[in-house]
Amino acid sequence: MRTPILAALLSLVGLPALACETFTIGNLMIEHAWSRATIGAERPGVLYVEITNTGSADDALVGIATPVAGMPMLHETVVTDGVASMPHAMSVPVPAGQTVALAPGGYHGMLMGLTTTLKEGEGFPVTLTFRDAGEVTVPVEVLSMRAEGPDCEHAGQ
Amino acid sequence: MRLTTFQKALWAAAGLACLAYGTWVLVADPATPPRAEAAFRPVFSLPDAEGRIRTEADFAGKHLLMFFGFTSCPDVCPTTLSEVAQVMDDLGSDADKVQPIFISVDPVRDRRLGLAAYTSAFHPAILGLAGDEVQTRAAAESFHIYFERQDDPAAPDGYTMSHSPALYLIGPDGDWLRQFAYGTPASDILNDLRSRL
Repeated sequence: MRTPILAALLSLVGLPALACETFTIGNLMIEHAWSRATIGAERPGVLYVEITNTGSADDALVGIATPVAGMPMLHETVVTDGVASMPHAMSVPVPAGQTVALAPGGYHGMLMGLTTTLKEGEGFPVTLTFRDAGEVTVPVEVLSMRAEGPDCEHAGQ
Repeated sequence: MRLTTFQKALWAAAGLACLAYGTWVLVADPATPPRAEAAFRPVFSLPDAEGRIRTEADFAGKHLLMFFGFTSCPDVCPTTLSEVAQVMDDLGSDADKVQPIFISVDPVRDRRLGLAAYTSAFHPAILGLAGDEVQTRAAAESFHIYFERQDDPAAPDGYTMSHSPALYLIGPDGDWLRQFAYGTPASDILNDLRSRL
Protein backbone atom coordinates (compact mmCIF):
# COMPACT_ATOMS: atom_id res chain seq x y z
CA MET A 1 0.00 0.00 0.00
CA ARG A 2 2.89 2.29 0.62
CA THR A 3 4.29 2.18 -2.87
CA PRO A 4 1.42 4.00 -4.61
CA ILE A 5 1.48 6.67 -1.92
CA LEU A 6 5.22 7.09 -2.30
CA ALA A 7 4.85 7.26 -6.06
CA ALA A 8 2.11 9.86 -5.73
CA LEU A 9 4.26 11.92 -3.41
CA LEU A 10 7.21 11.69 -5.76
CA SER A 11 5.10 12.80 -8.70
CA LEU A 12 3.91 15.78 -6.67
CA VAL A 13 7.43 16.76 -5.72
CA GLY A 14 8.56 16.26 -9.28
CA LEU A 15 11.83 14.77 -10.40
CA PRO A 16 14.75 17.12 -10.81
CA ALA A 17 15.20 18.26 -14.38
CA LEU A 18 17.71 16.21 -16.33
CA ALA A 19 19.95 19.21 -16.90
CA CYS A 20 20.33 19.63 -13.14
CA GLU A 21 21.82 16.21 -12.51
CA THR A 22 25.56 15.78 -12.13
CA PHE A 23 27.55 13.06 -13.91
CA THR A 24 31.15 12.19 -13.28
CA ILE A 25 33.93 10.49 -15.15
CA GLY A 26 37.29 10.32 -13.42
CA ASN A 27 37.92 13.78 -12.03
CA LEU A 28 35.42 15.48 -14.32
CA MET A 29 31.95 16.60 -13.24
CA ILE A 30 29.42 17.13 -16.02
CA GLU A 31 26.41 19.35 -15.31
CA HIS A 32 23.74 21.43 -16.99
CA ALA A 33 23.67 19.70 -20.36
CA TRP A 34 20.93 21.45 -22.29
CA SER A 35 19.82 22.36 -25.78
CA ARG A 36 17.26 24.60 -27.41
CA ALA A 37 14.12 23.39 -29.10
CA THR A 38 14.21 23.55 -32.89
CA ILE A 39 11.56 24.16 -35.53
CA GLY A 40 11.90 21.06 -37.67
CA ALA A 41 15.25 19.38 -38.26
CA GLU A 42 16.68 21.55 -41.06
CA ARG A 43 18.43 24.10 -38.90
CA PRO A 44 21.30 23.04 -36.64
CA GLY A 45 20.71 22.48 -32.95
CA VAL A 46 22.98 23.48 -30.12
CA LEU A 47 24.55 21.80 -27.11
CA TYR A 48 25.59 23.55 -23.93
CA VAL A 49 27.18 21.87 -20.89
CA GLU A 50 29.42 22.68 -17.94
CA ILE A 51 32.48 20.62 -17.11
CA THR A 52 34.38 20.92 -13.83
CA ASN A 53 37.83 19.39 -13.53
CA THR A 54 38.38 18.56 -9.86
CA GLY A 55 41.69 16.85 -10.56
CA SER A 56 45.23 18.14 -10.74
CA ALA A 57 45.81 17.40 -14.43
CA ASP A 58 44.49 19.30 -17.43
CA ASP A 59 42.11 17.56 -19.78
CA ALA A 60 40.22 18.59 -22.90
CA LEU A 61 36.87 17.91 -24.54
CA VAL A 62 37.83 16.61 -27.97
CA GLY A 63 34.57 15.38 -29.44
CA ILE A 64 30.81 15.03 -29.14
CA ALA A 65 28.45 12.43 -30.57
CA THR A 66 24.69 12.04 -30.41
CA PRO A 67 22.10 9.94 -32.22
CA VAL A 68 20.05 13.09 -32.95
CA ALA A 69 22.71 14.67 -35.19
CA GLY A 70 24.62 13.29 -38.15
CA MET A 71 27.39 15.82 -37.77
CA PRO A 72 27.91 17.27 -34.31
CA MET A 73 30.91 19.57 -33.98
CA LEU A 74 32.52 21.78 -31.38
CA HIS A 75 32.40 25.45 -32.29
CA GLU A 76 33.29 28.69 -30.64
CA THR A 77 31.49 31.96 -31.19
CA VAL A 78 34.13 34.63 -31.61
CA VAL A 79 33.36 38.32 -31.87
CA THR A 80 36.27 40.13 -33.53
CA ASP A 81 36.07 43.82 -34.41
CA GLY A 82 32.32 43.73 -34.00
CA VAL A 83 31.77 40.71 -36.26
CA ALA A 84 30.62 37.34 -34.94
CA SER A 85 31.85 34.18 -36.57
CA MET A 86 31.82 30.55 -35.49
CA PRO A 87 35.11 28.79 -36.14
CA HIS A 88 35.41 25.08 -35.45
CA ALA A 89 37.08 24.31 -32.14
CA MET A 90 39.35 21.29 -32.37
CA SER A 91 39.02 20.85 -28.62
CA VAL A 92 37.82 22.71 -25.55
CA PRO A 93 40.45 22.93 -22.78
CA VAL A 94 39.33 21.72 -19.34
CA PRO A 95 42.17 22.93 -17.09
CA ALA A 96 42.82 21.34 -13.69
CA GLY A 97 40.71 22.85 -10.93
CA GLN A 98 38.53 24.88 -13.28
CA THR A 99 34.99 24.87 -14.63
CA VAL A 100 34.54 25.30 -18.34
CA ALA A 101 31.14 26.19 -19.71
CA LEU A 102 29.88 25.54 -23.19
CA ALA A 103 27.43 28.42 -22.92
CA PRO A 104 25.64 30.98 -25.10
CA GLY A 105 28.14 33.27 -26.79
CA GLY A 106 31.17 31.03 -26.34
CA TYR A 107 32.01 27.41 -26.91
CA HIS A 108 29.05 25.31 -27.98
CA GLY A 109 28.28 22.04 -29.67
CA MET A 110 26.72 22.64 -33.09
CA LEU A 111 24.39 19.76 -33.92
CA MET A 112 24.24 19.64 -37.71
CA GLY A 113 22.24 17.12 -39.67
CA LEU A 114 19.54 16.73 -37.04
CA THR A 115 17.70 13.44 -37.41
CA THR A 116 14.67 14.75 -35.53
CA THR A 117 13.04 17.93 -34.30
CA LEU A 118 14.30 18.79 -30.82
CA LYS A 119 11.14 19.28 -28.77
CA GLU A 120 10.97 21.25 -25.56
CA GLY A 121 10.70 18.96 -22.55
CA GLU A 122 12.28 16.02 -24.31
CA GLY A 123 15.85 14.88 -24.06
CA PHE A 124 18.59 13.10 -25.96
CA PRO A 125 21.89 11.51 -25.02
CA VAL A 126 25.24 13.01 -25.92
CA THR A 127 28.58 11.25 -25.62
CA LEU A 128 31.39 13.56 -24.61
CA THR A 129 34.90 12.38 -25.44
CA PHE A 130 37.74 13.71 -23.30
CA ARG A 131 41.38 13.44 -24.28
CA ASP A 132 42.38 11.71 -21.03
CA ALA A 133 39.24 10.85 -19.09
CA GLY A 134 37.64 9.04 -22.01
CA GLU A 135 33.96 8.93 -22.91
CA VAL A 136 30.88 9.67 -20.87
CA THR A 137 27.27 9.72 -22.06
CA VAL A 138 24.94 12.21 -20.39
CA PRO A 139 21.30 13.16 -20.99
CA VAL A 140 20.66 16.56 -22.55
CA GLU A 141 17.47 18.40 -21.67
CA VAL A 142 15.74 20.29 -24.48
CA LEU A 143 14.58 23.66 -23.18
CA SER A 144 12.47 26.28 -24.98
CA MET A 145 13.91 28.29 -27.88
CA ARG A 146 13.96 31.27 -25.53
CA ALA A 147 15.84 29.49 -22.76
CA GLU A 148 19.11 30.99 -21.59
CA GLY A 149 20.01 28.03 -19.38
CA PRO A 150 18.50 25.40 -17.09
CA ASP A 151 16.76 26.62 -13.97
CA CYS A 152 18.66 24.65 -11.33
CA GLU A 153 18.99 25.91 -7.78
CA HIS A 154 22.72 25.41 -7.90
CA ALA A 155 23.15 26.45 -11.53
CA GLY A 156 25.93 28.91 -12.04
CA GLN A 157 24.39 30.62 -15.04
CA MET B 1 62.51 45.77 -72.46
CA ARG B 2 60.36 48.19 -74.39
CA LEU B 3 56.68 48.32 -73.72
CA THR B 4 54.20 48.97 -76.47
CA THR B 5 51.62 51.68 -75.93
CA PHE B 6 49.04 48.96 -75.44
CA GLN B 7 51.17 47.31 -72.74
CA LYS B 8 51.66 50.67 -71.02
CA ALA B 9 47.94 51.21 -71.05
CA LEU B 10 47.41 47.77 -69.53
CA TRP B 11 49.91 48.48 -66.75
CA ALA B 12 48.26 51.81 -66.08
CA ALA B 13 44.86 50.12 -65.88
CA ALA B 14 46.24 47.49 -63.50
CA GLY B 15 47.74 50.20 -61.30
CA LEU B 16 44.46 52.07 -61.22
CA ALA B 17 42.60 48.89 -60.33
CA CYS B 18 44.96 48.27 -57.40
CA LEU B 19 44.46 51.82 -56.18
CA ALA B 20 40.70 51.52 -56.50
CA TYR B 21 40.69 48.22 -54.65
CA GLY B 22 42.87 49.65 -51.87
CA THR B 23 40.57 52.62 -51.50
CA TRP B 24 37.54 50.34 -51.43
CA VAL B 25 39.11 48.16 -48.73
CA LEU B 26 39.87 51.24 -46.63
CA VAL B 27 36.46 52.80 -47.13
CA ALA B 28 34.53 49.58 -46.66
CA ASP B 29 36.29 48.70 -43.39
CA PRO B 30 33.82 46.22 -41.93
CA ALA B 31 34.89 46.86 -38.37
CA THR B 32 33.83 50.50 -38.42
CA PRO B 33 30.98 50.80 -35.94
CA PRO B 34 28.15 53.23 -36.59
CA ARG B 35 28.93 56.64 -35.21
CA ALA B 36 26.47 58.57 -33.12
CA GLU B 37 26.44 61.51 -35.49
CA ALA B 38 23.60 63.94 -35.50
CA ALA B 39 20.74 62.73 -37.66
CA PHE B 40 22.27 59.44 -38.72
CA ARG B 41 19.14 57.81 -40.03
CA PRO B 42 19.63 54.30 -41.33
CA VAL B 43 17.02 53.05 -43.76
CA PHE B 44 15.74 49.72 -44.99
CA SER B 45 13.21 48.49 -47.53
CA LEU B 46 12.63 44.77 -47.25
CA PRO B 47 9.73 42.34 -47.63
CA ASP B 48 8.18 40.65 -44.61
CA ALA B 49 7.10 37.01 -44.59
CA GLU B 50 3.97 37.87 -46.60
CA GLY B 51 5.95 39.77 -49.20
CA ARG B 52 4.87 43.26 -48.17
CA ILE B 53 7.69 45.80 -48.38
CA ARG B 54 8.38 47.34 -44.99
CA THR B 55 10.49 50.45 -44.45
CA GLU B 56 11.57 52.46 -41.44
CA ALA B 57 8.84 54.98 -42.31
CA ASP B 58 6.17 52.37 -41.44
CA PHE B 59 7.28 52.53 -37.82
CA ALA B 60 7.56 56.29 -37.31
CA GLY B 61 6.79 57.14 -33.70
CA LYS B 62 8.11 53.83 -32.38
CA HIS B 63 11.49 52.78 -31.14
CA LEU B 64 13.01 50.09 -33.33
CA LEU B 65 15.16 47.33 -31.89
CA MET B 66 17.01 45.99 -34.93
CA PHE B 67 19.04 42.82 -35.30
CA PHE B 68 20.75 41.34 -38.36
CA GLY B 69 21.11 37.56 -38.28
CA PHE B 70 20.13 34.28 -39.86
CA THR B 71 17.90 31.49 -38.68
CA SER B 72 20.44 28.65 -39.11
CA CYS B 73 22.61 30.34 -36.52
CA PRO B 74 22.67 28.06 -33.46
CA ASP B 75 24.18 30.29 -30.80
CA VAL B 76 24.35 34.06 -31.28
CA CYS B 77 20.96 34.64 -32.91
CA PRO B 78 18.78 32.59 -30.52
CA THR B 79 20.59 34.13 -27.58
CA THR B 80 19.95 37.67 -28.79
CA LEU B 81 16.36 36.99 -29.87
CA SER B 82 15.71 35.44 -26.44
CA GLU B 83 16.88 38.65 -24.84
CA VAL B 84 14.73 40.74 -27.17
CA ALA B 85 11.73 38.53 -26.30
CA GLN B 86 12.40 39.01 -22.60
CA VAL B 87 12.63 42.78 -23.08
CA MET B 88 9.29 42.81 -24.94
CA ASP B 89 7.62 40.78 -22.16
CA ASP B 90 9.09 42.99 -19.44
CA LEU B 91 8.06 46.23 -21.17
CA GLY B 92 4.46 45.36 -20.32
CA SER B 93 2.09 48.13 -21.42
CA ASP B 94 4.97 50.00 -23.11
CA ALA B 95 5.62 47.10 -25.47
CA ASP B 96 3.55 48.69 -28.25
CA LYS B 97 6.01 51.60 -28.34
CA VAL B 98 8.85 49.29 -29.40
CA GLN B 99 9.06 47.30 -32.63
CA PRO B 100 11.70 44.54 -32.67
CA ILE B 101 12.87 43.71 -36.21
CA PHE B 102 15.02 40.78 -37.38
CA ILE B 103 16.66 41.35 -40.77
CA SER B 104 17.93 38.18 -42.41
CA VAL B 105 21.46 38.25 -43.83
CA ASP B 106 20.73 34.81 -45.33
CA PRO B 107 17.40 35.69 -46.96
CA VAL B 108 17.00 32.98 -49.59
CA ARG B 109 17.57 30.11 -47.17
CA ASP B 110 15.61 31.82 -44.39
CA ARG B 111 12.57 32.27 -46.61
CA ARG B 112 12.76 28.60 -47.54
CA LEU B 113 13.09 27.50 -43.91
CA GLY B 114 10.36 29.87 -42.74
CA LEU B 115 11.13 33.23 -41.21
CA ALA B 116 7.87 34.06 -39.42
CA ALA B 117 7.67 30.71 -37.63
CA TYR B 118 11.19 31.29 -36.37
CA THR B 119 10.79 34.85 -35.12
CA SER B 120 7.38 34.19 -33.57
CA ALA B 121 8.78 31.21 -31.67
CA PHE B 122 10.77 33.77 -29.69
CA HIS B 123 8.12 36.46 -29.52
CA PRO B 124 5.09 37.25 -31.70
CA ALA B 125 6.06 40.94 -31.75
CA ILE B 126 9.33 40.31 -33.60
CA LEU B 127 8.99 41.16 -37.30
CA GLY B 128 11.20 39.15 -39.64
CA LEU B 129 12.31 40.75 -42.93
CA ALA B 130 14.12 38.94 -45.75
CA GLY B 131 14.84 40.70 -49.02
CA ASP B 132 16.98 39.95 -52.02
CA GLU B 133 20.74 40.42 -52.18
CA VAL B 134 20.50 44.07 -53.25
CA GLN B 135 17.91 45.05 -50.61
CA THR B 136 19.85 43.23 -47.89
CA ARG B 137 23.18 44.82 -48.83
CA ALA B 138 21.52 48.25 -48.95
CA ALA B 139 20.06 47.84 -45.45
CA ALA B 140 23.35 46.57 -44.04
CA GLU B 141 25.30 49.42 -45.58
CA SER B 142 22.81 51.95 -44.28
CA PHE B 143 23.25 50.55 -40.76
CA HIS B 144 27.03 50.32 -41.28
CA ILE B 145 26.91 46.64 -40.44
CA TYR B 146 28.90 43.80 -41.89
CA PHE B 147 27.91 40.37 -43.03
CA GLU B 148 29.59 37.82 -45.21
CA ARG B 149 28.88 34.35 -46.47
CA GLN B 150 31.61 31.93 -45.48
CA ASP B 151 32.01 28.67 -47.35
CA ASP B 152 32.24 25.80 -44.90
CA PRO B 153 31.96 22.27 -46.28
CA ALA B 154 30.93 20.98 -42.84
CA ALA B 155 28.06 23.46 -42.43
CA PRO B 156 24.49 22.86 -43.61
CA ASP B 157 24.25 23.70 -47.37
CA GLY B 158 28.03 24.21 -47.34
CA TYR B 159 28.13 27.70 -45.87
CA THR B 160 27.58 29.79 -42.79
CA MET B 161 27.36 33.53 -42.20
CA SER B 162 29.52 35.85 -40.17
CA HIS B 163 27.75 39.04 -39.15
CA SER B 164 27.64 42.00 -36.78
CA PRO B 165 25.80 40.61 -33.74
CA ALA B 166 24.82 43.83 -31.96
CA LEU B 167 21.31 45.19 -31.44
CA TYR B 168 20.60 48.65 -32.84
CA LEU B 169 18.16 51.11 -31.35
CA ILE B 170 16.42 53.57 -33.68
CA GLY B 171 14.38 56.40 -32.22
CA PRO B 172 10.78 57.38 -33.04
CA ASP B 173 12.01 60.00 -35.53
CA GLY B 174 14.31 57.52 -37.29
CA ASP B 175 17.54 58.62 -35.62
CA TRP B 176 20.12 56.00 -34.79
CA LEU B 177 20.33 56.17 -30.98
CA ARG B 178 22.80 53.51 -29.90
CA GLN B 179 23.84 49.92 -30.16
CA PHE B 180 23.72 47.20 -27.53
CA ALA B 181 26.81 45.01 -27.83
CA TYR B 182 26.23 41.30 -28.19
CA GLY B 183 25.68 39.81 -24.73
CA THR B 184 24.09 42.91 -23.17
CA PRO B 185 21.69 41.52 -20.55
CA ALA B 186 17.96 41.96 -21.24
CA SER B 187 17.63 43.95 -18.00
CA ASP B 188 20.15 46.56 -19.23
CA ILE B 189 18.32 46.92 -22.55
CA LEU B 190 15.02 47.20 -20.69
CA ASN B 191 16.32 49.92 -18.37
CA ASP B 192 17.69 51.91 -21.29
CA LEU B 193 14.39 51.65 -23.18
CA ARG B 194 12.33 52.59 -20.13
CA SER B 195 14.41 55.73 -19.66
CA ARG B 196 13.44 56.79 -23.21
CA LEU B 197 9.75 55.84 -23.36
